[in-house]
Amino acid sequence: MPKVTIDGHSIEVPEGTTILQAARMIGGEIVPPAMCYYSSLKGSGGYCRTCIVRVAQGSAKDPRPMPKPVASCRTPVMDGMVVENITSPEVLEARKGVVEFLLINHPLDCPVCDQAGECDLQNLSFAHGTEKTRYEFPRRTFEKKDIGNYIKLHMTRCILCYRCVKVADQITDERVHGVMNRGDVAEISTYIEKAVENDFSGNMIDVCPVGALTDRTYRFKSRVWFLNPMDAHRDCKKCSGKAVLWMHGEEIYRVTARKDQNAEVKEFICNECRYDKKDVKQWVVEGPRHIDRTSVISANHYEDLNSLKHAIGEQQKKLQEKITQKTSGI
Amino acid sequence: MQSLTGRSRIVVNKKMNFMEKLYLPAVMGGLMITIRHLFRRKVTVSYPEQTRPFSPVYRGMHVLKRDENGAERCTACGLCAVACPAEAITMEAAERKKGEERLYREEKYAKVYEINMLRCIFCGLCEEACPKESIFLTNRITPADYKRENFVYGKDRLVEPFDPSKRVDVSERQTTQVKEFKKHKEYTHNRLF
Repeated sequence: MPKVTIDGHSIEVPEGTTILQAARMIGGEIVPPAMCYYSSLKGSGGYCRTCIVRVAQGSAKDPRPMPKPVASCRTPVMDGMVVENITSPEVLEARKGVVEFLLINHPLDCPVCDQAGECDLQNLSFAHGTEKTRYEFPRRTFEKKDIGNYIKLHMTRCILCYRCVKVADQITDERVHGVMNRGDVAEISTYIEKAVENDFSGNMIDVCPVGALTDRTYRFKSRVWFLNPMDAHRDCKKCSGKAVLWMHGEEIYRVTARKDQNAEVKEFICNECRYDKKDVKQWVVEGPRHIDRTSVISANHYEDLNSLKHAIGEQQKKLQEKITQKTSGI
Repeated sequence: MQSLTGRSRIVVNKKMNFMEKLYLPAVMGGLMITIRHLFRRKVTVSYPEQTRPFSPVYRGMHVLKRDENGAERCTACGLCAVACPAEAITMEAAERKKGEERLYREEKYAKVYEINMLRCIFCGLCEEACPKESIFLTNRITPADYKRENFVYGKDRLVEPFDPSKRVDVSERQTTQVKEFKKHKEYTHNRLF
């Protein structure tokens, strides 16, 4: 088994593991960000270049460093490989440049966009980007499009990660989704205006790292940070039925699949669960979903109500004791 | 316990003498104070005929601005509502239809926008959070009313008039740094498409 060292953390991984996967096995802040790589989609990765790392030592046999930063999602590990991610200023500088390039044609209409608050590009540019752009020319623009009854396509926001194409290719039965043209005018398109009608097409919304593909049933209904994400499941013949309900009071605003710590969906859900089951009675609610404290969604989101009640009770008890002490003293 | 300011008096139940029981000197003394105050400078103004000068950054009633073409700037992004410590702001978004471009600046707009002026503490955090330069606090006073429900201000009272001569001027609220910032070409990425 090859042994790889990433930012000083060593791990033994199976043959053929990529640097990104090895870093995810270690976990923590050394995991390179990824905008196009999706572990459950075959052939994804290699487009966005945000996961670039520096290989300081190619392998135990050939210890020369690699001449340029490499895309960690596409580079398999070698025995004795030494990788630098956040410890290398060169990588951070290069990543900053990549983010600037990704944002060149992105409209930055976050106040309008439904993805704002849970957007990978937003997080990435907040962590690595600069607050201003050097690009002064008109950005590419496209008309908004409806892909079927449930999905809205904002091509202006797209960063061409090809994740949705891979979903259409691999998870749904027939491919009706692809990228037309090349370079600056490349465009996500449904094949000759054919609507996406297969049962798992809704997962394109979840895999989209930006707000290019959004849920039409949730369009402009609310903002994610006003909603309460709840873990829930139901018996579904088509999928696992495990989902997240985005609720406001007793009302379900939208249903999404569950994302793990790498913002990836492991169990895709079907369109029936996603669009048609908007009544709480149709679900078994497990409890509040864990939301990272750094996320804006965690505002007013209490995951453990019992411990919160307990903490408040303790505080009140202490306060009461103080008051009785004071009054008895006088 | 000893008072820290030294201004408090300790009450004693002393018997009053004859002069004190007459109350006349005390009444005269009180009247003298009243008469003295008649000739002093008035501390009040007769609002609304007269108004006091306001600071340009006074935090009074909100305004929802229109842009130079008269379109509403607010896109119902909800950042003011999430920044509001008093939970005074609510809104409902809607999508702009074809042909409404002159009314609303972006593809999403606030169909309903309400500020509860009884909840509002006029801290100005909404103004600070707004990414679209839409909401501003102005030097206008929120008038008093008899009914609580009249303090929930909707878009009819918050959005400034369409008539360019009746727009609410907020230019004085913007510091020279903000004005300087807007001139930079690098920051123009957030313009319209």
